[in-house]
Amino acid sequence: MDGRVSFDADPVIDFESPADEDGVHDSFSQLIQEQCHDLHDVIEMTPLDLEEDSRDDVECLEADSDAPQQTDHLIGERWSSDTLKVLSSMPSRTIGRSRGAIISQYCNRTMQLRRRRQSRPSIQHFPRSARPSIRGYGVETDAAGFEEEENKRDRLVNNLQNLSDSDRVRMLRAMPLSLSEKKELRMLVLNKAEHSVSQNQIPCCSQLKYYIIIALRHGWYGWLSFLSSLQLWQTALKCVGGRFGTGVLSYFIFLRTLLFFNVFLFLVTGLLLVVPQAITHPDQDQNITVRSSWGLEVLTGAGYFSHSLLYYGYYNNQTLQTGHSCSASGNGTSCSSGLSYNMPLVYFFTIGAAFFITCIILVYSMSKSFGQSFRIDKSKGLLAIKVFSSWDFKVIKKSSVRLQRANIGTQLKELVAEVNRQEQKFPVLQRLFRLFIHMLAWIMCLGSTLACVLAVYYFSEHMHGDLRNRTQAASSDPLLKEASLLAVPVVVSSINLLLPGFFNVVAWMEKYDSPSMLNYISISRNLLLKVSVLGVLCYHWLGRVATDPQSLGLECWESFVGQELYRFLLMDFIFMLLDTFFGEFLWRVFSQKALKRKRKPVFDIARNVLELIYGQTLAWLGVLFSPLLPAVQIIKLLFLFYMKKVSLKMNCQASGKPWRACQMTTIFITLLCFPAFLGATVCVTYTMWSITPSAGCGPFRGLKNMFQAGKRWVHRLAAVNPDLHWLASAHSYLVENPLFLFLCAGIFLIMIYFHSQVVDGQRKIIELLQEQIENEGEDKKFLITRLQHIHERKRRVTPRPVKGASEVHTHTLSHTHTHTHAHTLSHAHTHTHTHTHTHTHSHTHTHTHTHTHTHTLSHTHTHTHTHTLSHTHTHTHTHTHSLTHTHTHTHTHTHTHTHTHTHTHTHTLSHTHTHTLTHTHTHTHTHTHTHTHTLTHTHTHTHTHTHTHT
Amino acid sequence: MLDCTFFTRKEILRLHGRYHELAPHLVPMDYTNDPDVKVPLALIVNMPELKENPFRNRIVESFSEDGKGNLSFNDFVDMFSVLSEMAPRELKAIYAFKIYDFNVDNYICKEDLEKTLNRLTKEELTPEEVILVCEKAIEEADLDGDNKLSFADFENMISRAPDFLSTFHIRI
Repeated sequence: MDGRVSFDADPVIDFESPADEDGVHDSFSQLIQEQCHDLHDVIEMTPLDLEEDSRDDVECLEADSDAPQQTDHLIGERWSSDTLKVLSSMPSRTIGRSRGAIISQYCNRTMQLRRRRQSRPSIQHFPRSARPSIRGYGVETDAAGFEEEENKRDRLVNNLQNLSDSDRVRMLRAMPLSLSEKKELRMLVLNKAEHSVSQNQIPCCSQLKYYIIIALRHGWYGWLSFLSSLQLWQTALKCVGGRFGTGVLSYFIFLRTLLFFNVFLFLVTGLLLVVPQAITHPDQDQNITVRSSWGLEVLTGAGYFSHSLLYYGYYNNQTLQTGHSCSASGNGTSCSSGLSYNMPLVYFFTIGAAFFITCIILVYSMSKSFGQSFRIDKSKGLLAIKVFSSWDFKVIKKSSVRLQRANIGTQLKELVAEVNRQEQKFPVLQRLFRLFIHMLAWIMCLGSTLACVLAVYYFSEHMHGDLRNRTQAASSDPLLKEASLLAVPVVVSSINLLLPGFFNVVAWMEKYDSPSMLNYISISRNLLLKVSVLGVLCYHWLGRVATDPQSLGLECWESFVGQELYRFLLMDFIFMLLDTFFGEFLWRVFSQKALKRKRKPVFDIARNVLELIYGQTLAWLGVLFSPLLPAVQIIKLLFLFYMKKVSLKMNCQASGKPWRACQMTTIFITLLCFPAFLGATVCVTYTMWSITPSAGCGPFRGLKNMFQAGKRWVHRLAAVNPDLHWLASAHSYLVENPLFLFLCAGIFLIMIYFHSQVVDGQRKIIELLQEQIENEGEDKKFLITRLQHIHERKRRVTPRPVKGASEVHTHTLSHTHTHTHAHTLSHAHTHTHTHTHTHTHSHTHTHTHTHTHTHTLSHTHTHTHTHTLSHTHTHTHTHTHSLTHTHTHTHTHTHTHTHTHTHTHTHTLSHTHTHTLTHTHTHTHTHTHTHTHTLTHTHTHTHTHTHTHT
Repeated sequence: MLDCTFFTRKEILRLHGRYHELAPHLVPMDYTNDPDVKVPLALIVNMPELKENPFRNRIVESFSEDGKGNLSFNDFVDMFSVLSEMAPRELKAIYAFKIYDFNVDNYICKEDLEKTLNRLTKEELTPEEVILVCEKAIEEADLDGDNKLSFADFENMISRAPDFLSTFHIRI
C-alpha cells in the first residue's frame, strides 16, 4: 500500500488496461514536456544558430531580389533562429511525438551527456550555453544535466512499476532503449517492487511465492522455447528469403500455413476417429483379397486400401466401450460399464468441430492480415514510401541484391516520370483497340474455361457410364478397370497444368502496363477455372455417384468418393512434380543451352499458390469421406516444400517484378477462406444434411442423413434420463427448425452490415483527418514563411527606432507602403519579445477592428489595414466577411487572422506575389471553416474557388 | 534479457553463438559475469546477414551505444530484436529513422535522402534523377514545411507503407 500512496502525487496512476494509451501517454507527459524544452536548446545549439548573424545578413541582401525568391525561401533552409524556435514548439514536434520517440531521445541525451562527461570537454564547446535565454533549461553544467536525467529515469521506473507484470514486459520490449539501459531499468523496477512487497508481507510466505513464481516463469520460458523450436524450416525459409526476397518467401510461408492446418486436421481426426476405431477390432473382417498390382493401388487408393482406416466405409456405427468384455455388443447401449464412445456422434461432431475451428482460425488470420496490409489510402507519399520501405533487409545474396537495386531503380524512375508528366492520353482509336484486345482476351479465357468445364462434365459422365457397364459386365480386366478410374483425375490435372500457361500467353498478348494488374487478372482467371472445375466435380460426386450408388455396384459410395478425392490429390501432386521437372528444370536447361539466354525462368508465385489452394480444397472436401486424407496432404506438402526449394535454387532467379508481398498474402488467405474453404464447407454440409448415407457401411448406416446421428442421440438420452427431456425439445426447436437458423443468419448479416458501416465511417474520418493534416502542414508552411519574412524585414529596418512603440498603435488615415512596413516591423518586435499580452488595436478607419493577441509564437499578427485598400477591389469583400466571421467565434482560429495579414501584403507588395499568396490563403480559409461550421463550409468553399480562379 | 527483447532463451543462446563466431579471440564463450566486450564494426558488418546490405554500417552504428559501431553483446541482441518479426511497427520505425538519418541530427534532410538513394540504387539513377527523387520525396512526406523529415513525418509516412513490417526484418 505504501508504494501506491507515494505515487499519489503523480496525476496518473491506474493503468487498468494495457491498451489504455491515454493513460500511458499521460504518465509520460511530464517527460514529454521536458523533452520539449530540450528540443528548444537542441535547436539553439545547432551550428546553424551559431552562424545566425552572418547568414541573416546574407538573407537581407537576397531579400531584395525578385518575387520567385519568395518560394525559394520555402525550400531553402535558411531559417532564422526565431523561426526555428517557433518551429520547435510546433505541436508536430512536441505533442504529436510518440512516447517511444521521446524516450529514445531521452536515452540519446543521457548517452550524449555521458560521452561528454567522459571526454571532459572544455567550456568553450558550448559558448552559447551560458546565454540567459536558455539558462533555465539545465544544460549549463554536466552535473546538473546528469542529475536531471537521473530524475527522469526515476520517473520512468515509477511508471514502469505501476504497470502489471505482463504490461511491463510489453512496454520494456517496445521501448527504443538500448538493452543495457533496459536491463538497468528492469533491475530498478524489480528492486523497488521487491522492496514494497517485502515491507508488506510476511517473508516466509513471500519466499514461497517467489519460488513458485520463479518456477512458473521458468516453465513458461521453457514452453516458449519449445514453441519457437516448432518454428518449422527456420533456416530454409531464411535461405529462400535471402536469395529470392519476400515475394517467393510468401509462397513458402503460405505452404507452411497450409501444413499447419492439415496437421491440426490430422490430429483431430486421428485422435478422435482413427485411433479409437483402430484399437477396437472391427466385426467385419471380410479379408477381401483383391490383390492387383500394388503400385496401381497406391495411385488409385482402391483395392486393399478401400477397406482400411483411410475411408469412411471402414468405420462402424457402434458405441465403442472401453471395457473389453462389451466390445461386441450389438447396438451399444446395453453395456453400461466403462466409457462409451458413440462412433457416429463422434464422427459427426469431430468433422463439424474441425471445420468450425478451421473457419475461426482462417477468419482471424484473414482479418489480421487485412489490418496489416490495407492501411488507409495509399495515394499520397508513394515516392517517399518507396524510398524508405522498399529495401528488403532479408535479402543477402549478392546477385539478388543487385537485382533488387535494379528493380528499385526502375521503379523510382517510373514514379518520377509519372510525377513529371501528366496522364498521357491515348488517342481514341488506340484505346478502342486496347479495349478490343482485352475483350478478346477475356472471351478467349472464358471460352477455354467453359470448354474445359464442359469437357470435364461430359468426360466424367462418360467414365461414369463406362464404369457402370464394366461392373455390369463383370468380366473385364480388373487392372484395366482400376486404371480407368485414373482417367478423370489425369484429365483434370492436365487441364489445371495447361490452361494457366494458355492464360499467361493471352495476358502476354494483352500487354498490361502495371504488373500488379497483370497479377490480379491472372489470379482471377486461374481461380475461375479451378472453381468451375471443382464445381463440376462436386456435382459429379454428390449428384451422380451419391444418388445412384447401386448402378455402380457400390456398397459404399462415400468410400468411392473418398477414393476419388485421394486420386485427385495424388494426381495433383504428380502433376506438380512433372511441372517442376519439365516446366522449371527442363525449360531452364533448354533456355540456357539452346536459346543461350543468361536469364533463368522466374518462379510464378501466383500460379503456384493457386495450385496449393486447389489441393487444400480437395483435402477439405475429402475429410468427411476419408478421415486420413489430411495425412496424405501433409506428406504431399512436405515433399513439395523440399522439392520446390531445390528446384527454386537450381532453376529460378528472383523476380524482377515488384511484388507487394503483404497485400498478396492477404489476397491468398482470403482466397483460401472464401471460395476454397467456404465451398468445401458447403459441400460437406450438404452431404451431411440431405444425402442419404449408404446403408451397408460407415458410421451413419441406417440413418436418413448424417445429421440424424445427433438427433437420435438426443432422443436416446432423453429416453434414458427423463430429466433431459428439455434437451430433446430444445434440439428439435433450435436445430431442426429452419426459422431459428434463418434468424441466426439474419442477425449475423446485420452485424456484419453494421461493422462494415462503422469501418466505412472510420475510413471517411481518416480521410478527413488526413486532409486536415495536410492543411495544417500548409498552414504551417505558410505561417513560417510569413514569420521569416517579418524577421527579415526587421533585420533590414533595424536602424529605425520603433522598439518602444509596440503597445498601442494609432494610425493615420493615409496608408502608404512605408507605413505598413513600419507596422509589421513593430509587430515583429513584440513577437520576439513577449507573447502574453492581450492588446486591442483600434484603428481610425472606416472599419474598426479589435485584435486579440494569441499566446503562441506562431500566431502572426492580424492586421486589417487592407480594408482601406480593399475597398477598391471587389473580391476582398469576401475577406471582410470571413474576418468578421472568425471574430465572432474564438480567438484561437489564428489562420484566418493571418490570412488577412497576407492580404495586406499582397496589396502592398508587388503584383507578382498575388497569385501564390492568395493561393495559400484560400487553403487556410477552407481549413478554418471545416473547423468551425459545416454549414457555411460549402458556401465559402465555392467562394474561394472563384477567388483562386481570378 | 528475456523480458527486454523479443527472443526466447534458445534464440539468445544462438545469437550468442553468432556473436562469439564473429570474434572468437575477443568474445569469451562464458558470459556469466557479463564481461565488457565490444566487437568492432568491421567484424559485425561481415556477417552474412548484413554483408550485402547497403545500410550495414548505419544499422550497426545506430544500435551501438557509443555511436561508432562497436557493439556489445547487449547491443547485438538489441539489433536483432528490433529487426525480428515480433517487434512492433513503432519500434521499427524509430530505428529505421535512425538508420536513415546519416548525419545524426534527428532529421532526415536532403543529404541523408541522397545517401539513402545512392545506396539503394547504386548507379541506377543519374545524379539529376537522384536530386529530383529527393525533392519529390521530401515534398510528399514533409508536413511542416521545414524541408526535412522529422520523426513525426517519417512515422506518418511509414504508417501508410504496408510492406514496411515485412521488409524491415532480418531473420537470424
